Amino acid sequence: MNYSTAIWIMLLPLANFVLLGLGKKYLKNIAGIFSTILLFVAAAIALNIAYHYFFVDGKQNGVYQTINVCQMHWLSFTETMNVEIGIQLDALSVMMLVVVTFISLMVHLFSLGYMKGEERYCNYFSYLGLFTFSMLGLVVATNLLQLYMCWELVGISSYLLIGFYFQKPSAVAAAKKAFIVTRFADLGLLIGILILSFNTNSFHFQTIIQTLTNTQSPSFISITASSFLGMSTLTWALVLIFIGGAGKSAMLPLHIWLPDAMEGPTPVSALIHAATMVVAGVFLVAKLFAVFAIDVTALNIVAYVGTASALFAAIIACTQTDIKRVLAYSTMSQIGYMMFALGVSKYGSEEGLGYSAALFHLFTHAFFKSLLFLCAGAVIHLVHSNEMKDMGGLKKLMPITHIAFLIACLAIAGVPPFAGFFSKEEILSAAYQNNKTIYIIALLTSAITAFYMFRLYFSIFWNKPYQHHHHHRGEGTITMKLPLIILMLCAATVGFIPFSEFVSSDNHPFHSEIHIGFSVLPVALGLFGIAMAALFYFKQSDKPDKIANSLQVIYKAAYRKFYVDELYLFITKKIIFNCIAKPAAWIDKNIIDGCMNGVAFVTSFISSSIKNMQSGKVQQYALYFFAGIAALLVTVLYVWK
Amino acid sequence: MKAVDIIFYCIAIFVLTTGVLAVTTRKIFRSAIWLLFCLMGVAALYFWMNANFIAAIQIAVYVGGIVVLIIFSIFLTQQSGNQMPKPNFLRIIVASITSLIGLGLMLQLFAKQTFKTTNKNFDIDIATLGKQLLSTDANGYALPFEVISILLLAAMVGCIVIAMKPKTQL
Amino acid sequence: MTVGLTHIIVVSTVLFFIGMYGLFTRRNMITMLMSIELMLNSVNINFVAFNKYLYPDKMDGIFFSIFIIAIAAAEAAVAIAIIINLYRTHKSIDVDDVTDLKQ
Repeated sequence: MNYSTAIWIMLLPLANFVLLGLGKKYLKNIAGIFSTILLFVAAAIALNIAYHYFFVDGKQNGVYQTINVCQMHWLSFTETMNVEIGIQLDALSVMMLVVVTFISLMVHLFSLGYMKGEERYCNYFSYLGLFTFSMLGLVVATNLLQLYMCWELVGISSYLLIGFYFQKPSAVAAAKKAFIVTRFADLGLLIGILILSFNTNSFHFQTIIQTLTNTQSPSFISITASSFLGMSTLTWALVLIFIGGAGKSAMLPLHIWLPDAMEGPTPVSALIHAATMVVAGVFLVAKLFAVFAIDVTALNIVAYVGTASALFAAIIACTQTDIKRVLAYSTMSQIGYMMFALGVSKYGSEEGLGYSAALFHLFTHAFFKSLLFLCAGAVIHLVHSNEMKDMGGLKKLMPITHIAFLIACLAIAGVPPFAGFFSKEEILSAAYQNNKTIYIIALLTSAITAFYMFRLYFSIFWNKPYQHHHHHRGEGTITMKLPLIILMLCAATVGFIPFSEFVSSDNHPFHSEIHIGFSVLPVALGLFGIAMAALFYFKQSDKPDKIANSLQVIYKAAYRKFYVDELYLFITKKIIFNCIAKPAAWIDKNIIDGCMNGVAFVTSFISSSIKNMQSGKVQQYALYFFAGIAALLVTVLYVWK
Repeated sequence: MKAVDIIFYCIAIFVLTTGVLAVTTRKIFRSAIWLLFCLMGVAALYFWMNANFIAAIQIAVYVGGIVVLIIFSIFLTQQSGNQMPKPNFLRIIVASITSLIGLGLMLQLFAKQTFKTTNKNFDIDIATLGKQLLSTDANGYALPFEVISILLLAAMVGCIVIAMKPKTQL
Repeated sequence: MTVGLTHIIVVSTVLFFIGMYGLFTRRNMITMLMSIELMLNSVNINFVAFNKYLYPDKMDGIFFSIFIIAIAAAEAAVAIAIIINLYRTHKSIDVDDVTDLKQ
């Protein structure tokens, strides 16, 4: 099959962005439908490509091929070091293409109803187009620099969408925070990219991987031989790249922007801050996994950061009361799962179970987490509040949302036969095989996950009768219900996809099985978590408060998100601002500005003293002229002889 | 002292005197008339130098054209009988000092310089002059002639445009 | 002492500085224009004199004089046009009143 149609997957969202951005005046009323149709086409093409790639001709001799669909020469730094812009399809990219376009389509569909009547309706859809374009560009990138560019574009669109309600100061602050934190992380990514490319003399993924996996190559020898602060250059490069990924994927300690990013419209949170953009870090590590696999230190860092983030976020999620923040922390926790699954993985088909498991979880998580967010969006649309205490007893009012939310919660809790069960089992078994400590923490986390998700579920839909009947608007339009239903079906069924037969670390498909005996413990723990949540939150009671009081110190710390934000504020405000920014400002004000003012003052002084020469009087000019001629004459004839 | 020399001195004194009067007299119309005499004196000097053609042009263009133009413009802009205000003293001092310094510088140069003059006869045949003016060979002046003619045309158009009364708003 | 080249150029130089004196002292634009004409004339005298005494068999000095006269005529015409226009707008042809070019 000819894969050149993949270009259209990219171009359609771009066209959406450009047309809606420029033709706001004319497309105002049909903006939503217009972009949904464009995205529908893109999603259809992506599905078609995925079908052909996985089932028809992507596999040759039992290995999934890497296909370069198109390559445009863009920059050449040296004769051997070029930057191209193009589309490269491998199993990972094709999988991501499907996820991104599909979830984006669902979100577009949902937004049709959710954002109806917004003043900047058209802008919203054009930003979504920009985001979809850049995310797609990221997943099909042929080289690190293209990936980096799209990475930044995703950041920009995330910034624009978080700050969509820019009338709210909190939204502006959140947008700024997200942008600055991820920019800091991206600095790491850029440096990492430069180190890798400098040593391998290429930006191209395939070249880098080929060069570095060949242990005889001079690049490999030089990059592993030199070391700095006890780690080799390769480790540094990979750690720096991982810092970039951790920033985007909200890993500890760069996670602080994600909960605040929930200030954006809820469908945006579903698309960007749950399903697609935040997993870019996972994608990045997976894309360079062959290189990460060489370096045990870097992989261990990935694994431990992932584990810590998973547990940390899960604990915080138990105490939050804003439903979107709970979901945000749960996203962070699930991405932590993916990260440590990558971290415990090895390179190779069966050995690389963790790799497949991580991407499988990415895949399933995209469905059930976007479903959770869209449900939350529907709930917020009805209740006009993000707080749990304003909800409760909604199961009668919104039956479809209720069922969808329940299924998504079961999926994330890892209850069979829903999607999350399968991917989580694979992750746990990969962790069990390689690192028992991580396995135990992961088990604990999965129990906590089940607890807080059902806490959320019971608080929203059961707990107490709903009080505010007077502004009941129902569940919303069909365009809001349809995505919920579709995603619900996906969340229930995608787990049955034999994922490792499609995506694996070395592109050799393999068969992975669920061992019934192994999965008893995690499922039991998950059910235990659900039971605990039911005990506390099924009916309105004072039990949660009692528990909170008895664990006061821990509860308070978790409620305040373990003071990470305060720590950041302390570092930036107290230390950086006082010790660096203030002296810098003083120098700027007094010395730099002083110099400039001095120059300006001298200039104006001189000019005001000589401007009288320009009197406008012709005779004076003539006199100057004559004096000049005479002076020249005297000089030439008598002085300069 | 030969008669030729006497005539030269007469012409020189005449030119300089009328020149000085032209720049110092305070009645503008008289100033123009002194200028007229001065220019005629210069024409006489050309005659004396045997450059009859230039002398003729001098009279035709300067005396007949420019001075008349100046007199017209005086009539258009000035009450010709009025005395012009006296230039201020400082300005006279400055102007005389600069002029005298310049003059001294030049005269001092001339005193040092000797010219290799020839005593050949300087006799211009008008026909030769006309031919060379319009010839296109190496010594011809056809190109400058054309350039000057375009310049004159441009000046004429320019004059009309500048001096034209701006259209009054209806 | 017979009259020669030096005498003539002395006369022309004196005439030139007379013109310059006029240019510096006069405030009326028409009289300034007259002074300029005097200066141009002195230059013409020089050209003709050098031609006569140094290269009597050539006519280049004469040609230059002719051209200078032509340009002087054009210049006088333009100057007078400007003067008349100024008179119309400023009701004065005093140079000290016309300092608008200063800005």
